Amino acid sequence: MWCDSMGWIEIFLDGISEAFGLILSSDAEILGIAALSLKVSMIATLLGAAFGVPLGFLIASRSFYGRSLTIAVINTFMGIPPVVVGLAVYLLLSSSGPLGFLSILYTPQAMILAQTLLTFPVVCGLTVSSILALDQRLKETLQSLSAPKLWEAFILLRESRIGLITAVIAAFGAAISEVGAIMMVGGNILGYTRALTTAIMLYTNTGEFALAIALGIILLLLSFGVNLALTILQMRYRKKR
Amino acid sequence: MAYVALRSVRKRYSDKEILKGVSIDIQRGELISIVGPSGSGKTTLLRLIDGLDFPDSGEIFIDGIKLTMENAPKLRKKVGMVFQNPVLFDASVYDNVAFSLKFRGLPDDLIRQRVEAALNLVMLNDLAKRSALTLSGGEAQRVALARALVYDPELILLDEPTANLDPANVLIIEGALREANLQEKTVVLVTHNIFQAKRLANRVALLLEGEMVEVQETESFFNRPLDPRTRRFIDGDLVY
Ligand SMILES: Nc1ncnc2c1ncn2[C@@H]1O[C@H](COP(=O)(O)OP(=O)(O)OP(=O)(O)O)[C@@H](O)[C@H]1O
Ligand SMILES: [Mg+2]
Repeated sequence: MWCDSMGWIEIFLDGISEAFGLILSSDAEILGIAALSLKVSMIATLLGAAFGVPLGFLIASRSFYGRSLTIAVINTFMGIPPVVVGLAVYLLLSSSGPLGFLSILYTPQAMILAQTLLTFPVVCGLTVSSILALDQRLKETLQSLSAPKLWEAFILLRESRIGLITAVIAAFGAAISEVGAIMMVGGNILGYTRALTTAIMLYTNTGEFALAIALGIILLLLSFGVNLALTILQMRYRKKR
Repeated sequence: MAYVALRSVRKRYSDKEILKGVSIDIQRGELISIVGPSGSGKTTLLRLIDGLDFPDSGEIFIDGIKLTMENAPKLRKKVGMVFQNPVLFDASVYDNVAFSLKFRGLPDDLIRQRVEAALNLVMLNDLAKRSALTLSGGEAQRVALARALVYDPELILLDEPTANLDPANVLIIEGALREANLQEKTVVLVTHNIFQAKRLANRVALLLEGEMVEVQETESFFNRPLDPRTRRFIDGDLVY
């Protein structure tokens, strides 16, 4: 094996130069893998937010029997191992599973579904905590002004927007970095369901370290780009305070 | 029947009875001031009138209608409240005041007109575009007042609207309250400041440890109080 005769620094530097070579030459395969990762994780984050924010808001702003228990369950699911989600979605989508008729196992849709199940509790749990952290007098003020429920929700969500952006950042981070779930339900099929993390795992196993490092760098850069955009948004909101 | 009527209203929080059977009639169009030491239950009383909380026993009537949990949202539409420590929304001064008109479905030009009038009343037109969170305490208090007045409520509840403010801000707020009173609005003004009560109120009520000790015309309240405790409160002999 060539890696034995080479120090890790050489491998690393080689990986970095290869990474930039690949990025600059816009290698179609690499671009495809990166684009799929970004697409799957972004859609999963958006879907997770679309369900997680409203549900988190409802849980935080209503009082109902078993609320603390509900919140504890959601918080637990925030840290669920991706492979467990992968397993669950696999069983759901497998030909004998309840959603087997959809025939979407080993497709990007299955990957989006699995990652949505990961992002949803993250967004939901962090939404609950940012709404709960709001000044209680805000709600009373809205009530005394006779604000309808939807307007009340709008203002309260607006007031907690910094926390909501944090929720989206955390959810996207969980999605783009996980490998277990998309591996199990996507299958790492080249040109179809191979994402950055699953590709890194594969190339590491086959000893193609430079390629793996290149993909790792691309993953970090993508993640950094998305987070930078979200953080700028967050800072813009904070300035007014 | 009085515009706002409280009948033997009792309210307790955990083991402590805060309001011990309060009865009072507030007439339409009057400016009544409720005074009393800290912790006597003034804020609690205002919150009950605004239907933000409900009595354990006793009744509250607004315009002849008994206030219940069910009709509170409806009755509250005619009530404006300025809280003891108001919170403003993280938005411009203008948007803070315009908010309640937007969901009331008023057309934009009417909203602009009304917001400008409300801001004028508290002399804040120059700050309309400022972020509300950057305001000074006095300015914020004035925005809260404008926000509660802009939808033209019949009843205005104010909880210490001038506490910790300098004379200039006090003057502006008192001017706005006089103006509201001139427009036949019913104003309930909770204040620590008996001089403010003297300056503004038609009648003054003294709340002591959850009991309505005395309700009188302002002049009589200060010059011929019926209850010895009122005399002691006015003279500042009541230690609290
Ligand atoms: N939600 C609550 N839970 C428990 N106790 C409460 C609650 N609200 C008020 N209290 C208590 O009720 C008493 C009366 O409170 P309230 O705010 O009505 O007084 P206040 O007359 O407005 O006083 P201040 O002049 O200091 O504002 C206080 O002892 C307060 O601690
Ligand atoms: Mg008070």
